[in-house]
Amino acid sequence: MSSEPLLELTNVSSAYGRIQALKGISLQVRAGEIVCMIGANGAGKSTTLMTICGIVKCREGDIRYQGASIRDVIPAQLPPLGLCQVPEGRRIFPRLGVDDNLEMGAFFRRDADIQKDKEHVYSLFPVLRERRKQRGGTLSGGEQQMLAIGRALMSRPKLLLLDEPSLGLAPLFVKKIFEIIQEINQKDGTTILLVEQNANIALQTAERGYVLETGRITMEDKARDLLTNPRIRQAYLGE
Amino acid sequence: MTRESKKIWKIYAVGMIWFFGLLWPLLGIRDDGTLAVVKALSVWFYVFAGTLIILVLYLLHRRGTLQWVTKPLSAARERTASAAGVLPVWFWIAVVFAGALIFPQITNRYAQDVAINVLVYICLGLGLNIVVGLAGMLDLGYIAFYGVGAYTYALLSIHYHVSFWLALPVAAVFACIAGCIIGYPTLRMRGDYLAIVTLGFGEIVRIILNNWMALTKGPNGLLGIAPPAIYMPEFSGGFGFEVLYLKKLTPLYYLILGLAVVTVISVHRLNYSRIGRAWEAIREDETAAELMGVNTFKLKLLAYAMGAVFGGLAGAFFAARMRFVSPESFTFIESAMVLSMVVLGGMGSIPGIILGTIALIVLPEVFREIELYRMLAFGAAMSIMMIFRPKGLIPAKRVGMRSDEKEAGVVLGTPAGVD
Amino acid sequence: MEFFIQQLINGLTLGGIYALIALGYTMVYGIIQLINFAHGEFFAAGGYMGVILLSYLASKGLMQTHPWICLGGSLVLAMTYCAFLAMAVEKVAYKPLRYASRLSILLSALGMSIFLQNGLMLTQGVYDKPYPSIFSQGGFEMGLIRVSYLQILIVAVTVVLLIGLNFLVYKSRIGKAMRATAQDKVMSALVGINSDRIISATFAIGAGLAAAAGIIMGLYYGSVRYDMGFLPGIKAFAAAVLGGIGNITGAMIGGLIIGMVEIFGAGYISGQYKDVFAFIILIAVLYFMPTGIMGENVDDTRV
Repeated sequence: MSSEPLLELTNVSSAYGRIQALKGISLQVRAGEIVCMIGANGAGKSTTLMTICGIVKCREGDIRYQGASIRDVIPAQLPPLGLCQVPEGRRIFPRLGVDDNLEMGAFFRRDADIQKDKEHVYSLFPVLRERRKQRGGTLSGGEQQMLAIGRALMSRPKLLLLDEPSLGLAPLFVKKIFEIIQEINQKDGTTILLVEQNANIALQTAERGYVLETGRITMEDKARDLLTNPRIRQAYLGE
Repeated sequence: MTRESKKIWKIYAVGMIWFFGLLWPLLGIRDDGTLAVVKALSVWFYVFAGTLIILVLYLLHRRGTLQWVTKPLSAARERTASAAGVLPVWFWIAVVFAGALIFPQITNRYAQDVAINVLVYICLGLGLNIVVGLAGMLDLGYIAFYGVGAYTYALLSIHYHVSFWLALPVAAVFACIAGCIIGYPTLRMRGDYLAIVTLGFGEIVRIILNNWMALTKGPNGLLGIAPPAIYMPEFSGGFGFEVLYLKKLTPLYYLILGLAVVTVISVHRLNYSRIGRAWEAIREDETAAELMGVNTFKLKLLAYAMGAVFGGLAGAFFAARMRFVSPESFTFIESAMVLSMVVLGGMGSIPGIILGTIALIVLPEVFREIELYRMLAFGAAMSIMMIFRPKGLIPAKRVGMRSDEKEAGVVLGTPAGVD
Repeated sequence: MEFFIQQLINGLTLGGIYALIALGYTMVYGIIQLINFAHGEFFAAGGYMGVILLSYLASKGLMQTHPWICLGGSLVLAMTYCAFLAMAVEKVAYKPLRYASRLSILLSALGMSIFLQNGLMLTQGVYDKPYPSIFSQGGFEMGLIRVSYLQILIVAVTVVLLIGLNFLVYKSRIGKAMRATAQDKVMSALVGINSDRIISATFAIGAGLAAAAGIIMGLYYGSVRYDMGFLPGIKAFAAAVLGGIGNITGAMIGGLIIGMVEIFGAGYISGQYKDVFAFIILIAVLYFMPTGIMGENVDDTRV
């Protein structure tokens, strides 16, 4: 197994319009891991994922995936390489059906296993099968989240980026989603980088964690150590 | 050859092949059953040669090979700019104005005719500038106000023998009313829709002018409009007044020059007034302006109506000069031409618009052979300018970013890897 | 009563033409929020390509023997030509402005419209170019109602194209990708859809339909002119807005409505002002119901 991390950011700075959002962050994700990034609203978590994906331009530093730089790559080139993001707010295609949304997840694929993968997603999320012809925008928040994850799975990702999967979901749903995240990681070996405001569940699911504060990484540690860290408990775990 | 320049050559070659492929069917497939290549090839060759030269120059410039030309040129430009800056701006304006005053005395009729045209379009361009450049609204039917002004004077003159001077304010009022009527429903719409709705209104006005035979005699137009008349004191046989009709080019030139000067001064004062500042706020970010308490709708309507007024005044002059009006003079093409003068010259920039107008009218006159290709060049120039120099020939001095420019930069972030 | 039915048939025919043109406007606006002023010129270019090819084939004698094959072949070739033309225009005049202000790209579209129209004029002349009349002959009568074979052909071709487009947009992989890109451009990039190619495809398809409409127009009215794209272009855009911008079904319905209104308006109210009706509808829709009859289909996400 390669000792090189699957994803590595080195001193990455990026700006959103005129606002300097990320100021020289560095992180690594090794294959097979679940890594989380926690931080307050506006800390730059979503920007980090969008920078990795090339939607927000990386001004300084380097982003390496599978050993090669993806800094200047077109966003659409990443899913074929196995890098897929489930962005904040789910962003399923509102006027496409559930089934069509999944199909779009596999758009770049030309192989014959697409139908099989669709079935796999439906078995993971049976409620989606019931609604397969329904328009994406009419689903509930939790169902949309499932659909968004399912859509990402259709690309057979090696590295899955998740932006606030718990946002706006009832606690029961949140638990279920995170169970599935763990299942994806353990059964399929998918590497996961997730950013979350809900530090509790994020640190319980992940192995390692980064703390992002106004565009800078202020802490990095094993997840369980962060969970017991008094500063973290005070700032992010509501004590 | 570097990798990047190889890419450019590849794109260029592919582009030229595409161009030929699109051009040939229009020129090469003939009704008599022959397939000719000659005509298409010759046109293609001209375009190829021209673009090749530009591309080579551009690549050389990028490599720095042309510095022995560009360095002294830009140095000279800087020296003239600083030399010119020694004398205050009003000095240069006075020079230009003096030149304009003596212009008809030293030129022939043809040049005066062209100059009158230029001045009319300057008035139109500046009027449209209030709408497009100052308030930031894309108006594609501006020529309708020109038409309203022209027909107002025409009808008043023919049916009621109203003098030009009395009719002038009436034309302005009618144009203003037209502006309010058109503006009221349309100014709440967003930018692109506003453009096409104003286009629609412009067309409606033209269609009405073309079909309301009773009023406008339709396509036949209205004849017999009286020229402007001034009363000159006359001293033969006692003190009295003699009517002098301004039919000759020279007095007409001075008349339109006066009108143009009034327009320039008005637009300039407007730009730097409180209203102008509010317009700039609307132009930069309409939502923010609303939040700051600016009544955007009333101000937009004001801009629209004022632009209409200047258009109407120019229209009245046009009718008085030609002494004949017909709907043909008020087509969409005219609106597009005025718009391109504003855009190419520099939106919101008075010297830019003047320069743009002069360029767009004088150049085709000078190079008569290219008259045929004038509109073709217009269209291409518009696209080219938008890509390479959207601010125009002489950009407006107060440069705040338009709100949609700021927005556009954020929509996809600034994307990585543009191919 | 017969008059009414006759107008109905005429309205259907004209409505079909407007629907085909409106589809191009609505698809392009849905995906990049641009009113492609040059779209009317694709319509005109299609009409010209049709007559150019038909005249050529006529001079080769093929029109005598296989008129319908000639028509079919010309239709396909003209649609292909306009597809390439649209892709070229997009690459050259719109793509560089993808991240510029809305005003810039609108003005570039306006410039392209003027450029193409004058290009047609310079290469093909200012006079009307007549279509071969062989197709417009013949028809049948039901009482006072006259239906020409040409009208039946036009309606048939329009229906086939509309069904084809429907299938393409709602059932095919690339159609779904087009809709996905229109609904959320950022997300479609994140799932691996290359928006550049999808945008090119959208332009190509829209122009192809417009080309078909151009040929139909030429057949129906007998000739084409370099400026034939101007008025139908605006009316078709009105149809797209009426149906809900970005909405494919809306554009089809909008086109039919505008066509009907124009024919009935001309027949019952005033023939001279027939062009005004479409504008009035446009202004009314934008003022009272800007999202149109069937709702918009644009990217309403906020990053």
